[in-house]
Amino acid sequence: MDFLNALVALTNFVGVPAIAYGSQLALGALGVTLIYSVLRFSNFAHGDTMAFGTMITILVTWWFQSMGISFGPLPTALLALPIGIAGCMLLMLITDRTVYRFYRAQKAKPVIFVMVSLGVMFMMNGLVRFIIGPGDQRFSDGERFIISARDFKALTGLREGLAIKTTQGITVITAVVVVALLFWFLNKTRTGKSMRAYSDNEDLALLSGINPERVVMYTWLIVATLATIAGVLYGLDKSFKPFTYFQLLLPIFAAAIVGGLGSPVGAIAGGFIIAFSEVTITYAWKKVLTYVVPETMKPDGLVQLLSTDYKFAVSFAILVVVLLFKPTGLFKGKVV
Amino acid sequence: MSETVKTSLLFLFVGVLILLEGSTNFLFFSGSWNSALVILNMGLVSAIMAIGVNLQWGFAGLFNVGIMGFVALGGLAVVLVSTAPTPGAWSQGGVGIIMALAMGAMTLVAAVATMRMVPAGKLRIAVLLAVLILGFVIYRAIFDPAVAGVEAINPALEGNLGGLGLPVLLAWPAGGLLAAGVAWLIGKTALGLRSDYLAIATLGIAEIIISVLKNEDWLSRGVKNVVGLPRPLPYEVDLQNDAAFVAKAADYGLDPVLASTLYVKLGYSLLFTVVLLALLWMAQMALKSPWGRMMRAIRDNEVAAEAMGKDVTRRHLQIFILGSAICGIAGAMMTTLDSQLTPGTYNPLRFTFLIWVMVIVGGSGNNFGAVLGGLLIWFLWIKVEPMGILLIETVTAGMSDTNALKLHLLESASHMRLLTMGLILLLVLRFSPRGLIPER
Repeated sequence: MDFLNALVALTNFVGVPAIAYGSQLALGALGVTLIYSVLRFSNFAHGDTMAFGTMITILVTWWFQSMGISFGPLPTALLALPIGIAGCMLLMLITDRTVYRFYRAQKAKPVIFVMVSLGVMFMMNGLVRFIIGPGDQRFSDGERFIISARDFKALTGLREGLAIKTTQGITVITAVVVVALLFWFLNKTRTGKSMRAYSDNEDLALLSGINPERVVMYTWLIVATLATIAGVLYGLDKSFKPFTYFQLLLPIFAAAIVGGLGSPVGAIAGGFIIAFSEVTITYAWKKVLTYVVPETMKPDGLVQLLSTDYKFAVSFAILVVVLLFKPTGLFKGKVV
Repeated sequence: MSETVKTSLLFLFVGVLILLEGSTNFLFFSGSWNSALVILNMGLVSAIMAIGVNLQWGFAGLFNVGIMGFVALGGLAVVLVSTAPTPGAWSQGGVGIIMALAMGAMTLVAAVATMRMVPAGKLRIAVLLAVLILGFVIYRAIFDPAVAGVEAINPALEGNLGGLGLPVLLAWPAGGLLAAGVAWLIGKTALGLRSDYLAIATLGIAEIIISVLKNEDWLSRGVKNVVGLPRPLPYEVDLQNDAAFVAKAADYGLDPVLASTLYVKLGYSLLFTVVLLALLWMAQMALKSPWGRMMRAIRDNEVAAEAMGKDVTRRHLQIFILGSAICGIAGAMMTTLDSQLTPGTYNPLRFTFLIWVMVIVGGSGNNFGAVLGGLLIWFLWIKVEPMGILLIETVTAGMSDTNALKLHLLESASHMRLLTMGLILLLVLRFSPRGLIPER
């Protein structure tokens, strides 16, 4: 029985949050990886792209709420999401047209693109703060829990409770659907295949009549979709703050790189590796251990390997270790 | 127009901006000499950071996005060098902490030795894991009680080991040395990575350094901050109580309070200018030397340079250490200027990406460009806010004062700072990709 309690505590405090966080990171990392494989640079503006799409969604959510529109037990933000995606797509296309296209025509070096994305990062960051302000915004509504700790205890008679928030459930389901759609698109549709061809060998793809501008446009559209969904899911689960989204850049890049830049499967795996290691290394294991070990060996301290503020440090320590042994990530990413 | 004339005119332009800030309150200028000197002082510090980044990027093409970490290490050096040692801290746990850190280092050495000596396979992984886990457990067993001992000492004011109690000016070179040491460690592990991978790795390492400073209270007091660091210059209050100083100020027709604040700020400006000129001279000498030519040759064509027998990895490590050391010196100077170490305020937008904007706008590969970029971008960073408010007041002049849009716009005007910096960077990259003062 105690072993069961330990398992429930572990699921509640480590399993569920890490799966939700991992899904959010994976969606973010997929965007980074797609840009890397098609446009061939690391997009530093990705965190702020997520913030922009999320901001539009929040504004539309507030508008819906003021009109009394709601989505029953689900958050209203899901209704606003398509408009947020459309807004983000528009911004991406404008950015590509006004900024990136010039350097593509020049065949600029990847590192120049990275610099340019720094400029875009600054501008988007400023734009988001300008419109919605730098503060914290909460926009989740609807039912809070799929199952609350109290119901779970009453249901099973265990001492430990298991709580699953609605947002966590939505995150995982949405992530699975989005990833399935993305892989179907990349592997089965004509546009998806031409994207992969362009990513594998630009010259060969051009020879076979693939229009590079179209490939680039579709990439931005997909990236805008992924970024907005990832951003909205993260915002629903935690809260929205422009600076937090800028900082998400770090674990997202870590995820994409651990998996191998340019590899979609790697991005997903990387997202979960980073999320699970962040949560397990900064989790206080005392509760779980007290159920498992005999009474006399009960730990005195919290049995926390590192304090919670070290979570960025954890993702980067993993990143550095992986890069030392596999310089292009676990799933053999590409090197520009 | 010759290059020299253009460079001089650009520097003159920044100088005039700062003079206007001090002398007139027309448009967005504040007309306060104190404000002008504050901008100048941080501009000088920023220019030094820009020289450091220019050394790495402009000379050698190393894409280091971890500047913030080295600046923060410079700040830490000020605490370690110039504050007084906390009484009893070393006997309460300081020795234990050092032993624990040595133990941690030994664990890593043992792990590396395992990697080298045990042949690849399951056995190696098992031994490696055993070494690492055992090392970590022993390390925490020594480390935790020692830290608790140090942090228990008068935590409201101290709770850290303190420093050596040496003059604060010694902290500047010490900051450089500390940053150089850490840069050596990082460079040894990360410099093998390719451009984008290196950028992300350095970005992450800077975050690690900041989280260490925020959490290791025994070292830096963490987010409780170390305030009241010693200064190389007299305090304003002492100057105001000094009859000779007051009399001297009266001779110039200055109020003693204003005179004392200006005196201290000018003192910092002089000190910073001396350091800046010294580093600029050294960077200029390095650029013109055979060593500088070799660096640029490696930057432009690594393969060819390697074929000519140049040890690219070694050179990269060398310049990574030098550039980081300069950033460390600048970080120590900045902390001295603030008289406090506040680990919570280090933010990559300000301490990494803004420095990059300075280098690119000024002209990468040109030391004078880096200095100009540092001074100019810092001036704009401070002044874009009043400029934005002025702009929005002009645009919305026709609206009533209670108009919701006008109120929102005025409230948001301060966020135009990031937007403008991004715009400047994009415009320079587009229309003058080699910067205001291009590499020659």
